[in-house]
Amino acid sequence: MSAPPAPAADADPDGEKPAIEVQGLTKRFGDKTVVDGFDMTVPRGTIYGFLGPNGSGKTTTIRMMCGLLTADGGTGRCLGFDIRSQTREIKERVGYMTQRFSLYEDLSIRENLDFMGRMYRLDRRRERVSQALEDLGLAGRSGQLAGALSGGWKQRLALAACLLNQPMLLLLDEPTAGVDPKARRDFWDEIRRLADNGVTVLVSTHYMDEAVQCDAIAYIAYGRKLIEGPTADVPRRVGLTTWRVEGPGLAMLAQALQGAPGVEQVARFGSALHVSGTDAATLDATAETRSASGPQRWTRQEAGLEEVFIHLMGGARDNFAAASADVDGS
Amino acid sequence: MAPEPATGRRPSRNGFSPARFGAVLVKEFVQMRRDRLTLAMMIAVPIMQLLLFGFAINSDPRHLPTLVEINDQGPVSRAFLAALETSGYFDVQGRVAGASAAERALRRGEATFVVVVPDGFERALVRGERPAILLAADAGDPAATGGATAALSGIVARVLETSLTGPLSHLRPPEAAFSVVVQRHYNPAGVTSFNIVPGLLAVILSMTMVMITAIAIVREAERGTMETLIATPVRPAEVMLGKILPYVLVGYVQTAVFLTLALLGFQVPFAGSAVAFLLGLNLFIVVNLSLGFLFSTVARSQMQAMQMSFFYMLPSILLSGFMFPFAGMPGWAQVLGSAVPTTHFIRILRGVMLKGAGLGDILDELGALAAILAVVAGLAMARYRQTLD
Ligand SMILES: Nc1ncnc2c1ncn2[C@@H]1O[C@H](COP(=O)(O)OP(=O)(O)O)[C@@H](O)[C@H]1O
Ligand SMILES: [Mg+2]
Repeated sequence: MSAPPAPAADADPDGEKPAIEVQGLTKRFGDKTVVDGFDMTVPRGTIYGFLGPNGSGKTTTIRMMCGLLTADGGTGRCLGFDIRSQTREIKERVGYMTQRFSLYEDLSIRENLDFMGRMYRLDRRRERVSQALEDLGLAGRSGQLAGALSGGWKQRLALAACLLNQPMLLLLDEPTAGVDPKARRDFWDEIRRLADNGVTVLVSTHYMDEAVQCDAIAYIAYGRKLIEGPTADVPRRVGLTTWRVEGPGLAMLAQALQGAPGVEQVARFGSALHVSGTDAATLDATAETRSASGPQRWTRQEAGLEEVFIHLMGGARDNFAAASADVDGS
Repeated sequence: MAPEPATGRRPSRNGFSPARFGAVLVKEFVQMRRDRLTLAMMIAVPIMQLLLFGFAINSDPRHLPTLVEINDQGPVSRAFLAALETSGYFDVQGRVAGASAAERALRRGEATFVVVVPDGFERALVRGERPAILLAADAGDPAATGGATAALSGIVARVLETSLTGPLSHLRPPEAAFSVVVQRHYNPAGVTSFNIVPGLLAVILSMTMVMITAIAIVREAERGTMETLIATPVRPAEVMLGKILPYVLVGYVQTAVFLTLALLGFQVPFAGSAVAFLLGLNLFIVVNLSLGFLFSTVARSQMQAMQMSFFYMLPSILLSGFMFPFAGMPGWAQVLGSAVPTTHFIRILRGVMLKGAGLGDILDELGALAAILAVVAGLAMARYRQTLD
């Protein structure tokens, strides 16, 4: 029986402080600064989305938070423990799900859970492992090798493994990458259930529909945080203006709009185009002209999260390719 | 700290946790058992090596192909050829005619020796002119011809003794003023396998121990499981001991299989102290496992770990005294060789098995192994990272 952990179960003195609080976190690999002056505050009990293109430094940041990498600069606390000097205390209380499946493929499902149970020196280990298998719906296949599981099952097993020690903080690194939509939905139901029980969840993701489900999000590119805030607030903070265009000849129009004054992004949403830009006045002028001269209908509307993410992603497509030095937060 | 039980964790102590050490140990055993191929190799390799080395290698080869060019028939030359054959070293397989044919036979490897009895040999002998018989040897491989040529003086002496009788007895050489008596200790019959087999145990143990640990640890990094492992509160010592101990047992099994075969199959003696042997064995196994651990902190992939292990095998085969006599190596090579644990364990093994050495006789070698262990383990500890940096 896995009793939901009470928020105050870990009686660390800073129980009311944020679950994660880092300032100026910096990590260099060689002469490459991979994470640069990163600040983040995650209040207890929230689902916090961590967004950014590939290679932007999400995994590196998460690893620094749970003591797997040593920060080159900055300070921080996780569940009230110092991320430099108290990594053991943090590791005892945090559930970390790696981006890549990293349980033992040549151990069976039960052996993997049992191993993790021993590593955390859990009491009633057998009982807990059996319960976890039961919850997973894998009780009948517990002798199967973990390597033989499909992607979705591996992900569920990995989650079960890092929940075994009933952590107060979950660090999930792209947990749903390569998992089918049904499994993703189930996964998020589980995340929400945990959050309702007071567990803080930091989850990195690529998917917009998942970002929308977070209470708050931070967006990182080239190792720098570009934006952070409650999810509903983010579009306003980015300051994006969007025009919705409907009517005939949208494909042609989309072409024509590339590079037009004030137009930074043209995206197709169903039967409409969403034309966005940060310079509202110029974009409005372009829209007025176009709507007067063309057959399409133009309406100004609030920029949604979708537009914001396309905007942010467009700014930094793939951070692996670029040298980090010449980028200045754009 | 009262609410701790709510998370199901036992109160955390900061020291070494036998439970976590046990977890790593159990995991390692399960993985080892699943990896049937490696397990089979670990047992099959010592057996195969022992059979190959034990049966195939002979550093004192006999029955070497020999051709003769006889330009003068006579009782003495006939007796000489007969004596060559009976010595066991020479296998007279036929005749050649002329120097160029002899040269060609040597060059093509058809013969290792060509014996030339010159024209008028017998007459010259009777006249006391001390004629010479020519033995052309393919000395490209000194080890192949060494034993045979060394046996020649004995052969000649015997021929002179038996064939120079009656009227020819005045041609016999005078008795030597003094003689040398050679006592062959520890391996009087000069059986090659007595020398090879103990050394082989050291080489095989070293190879498997170093390679297996290096690979077992690098594998965790390569498969990404290291990240899960060190995301738990595990301590380095728990990982290290948990990973090393199973392979100590593998080392015992290898040694047991090998020794059984060597003692029963090859009748290699075991004259010395079992305690000395066990002490040396354990120390040697641990040194090699630490070396494997050290390699694993340098290698980035299992492939690299394997390459490093093979690279390490070179000095431990060539400079350890296993293949070539240690005393025959130049000074710098002896220094290098002394840094290799195999060198010292081979001395312990030969001492204990062949020479009946006891604990007191191997203290120097044990000390050397302990010194190497201290350096290697220290380096490995210093290099082992508890993070992914
Ligand atoms: N161990 C490492 N050594 C060198 N470079 C690394 C290492 N880990 C990550 N990087 C680099 O750091 C950058 C950020 O990587 P990462 O944190 O994995 O990004 P993300 O998780 O956002 O995709 C990438 O350019 C990556 O190549
Ligand atoms: Mg990542």
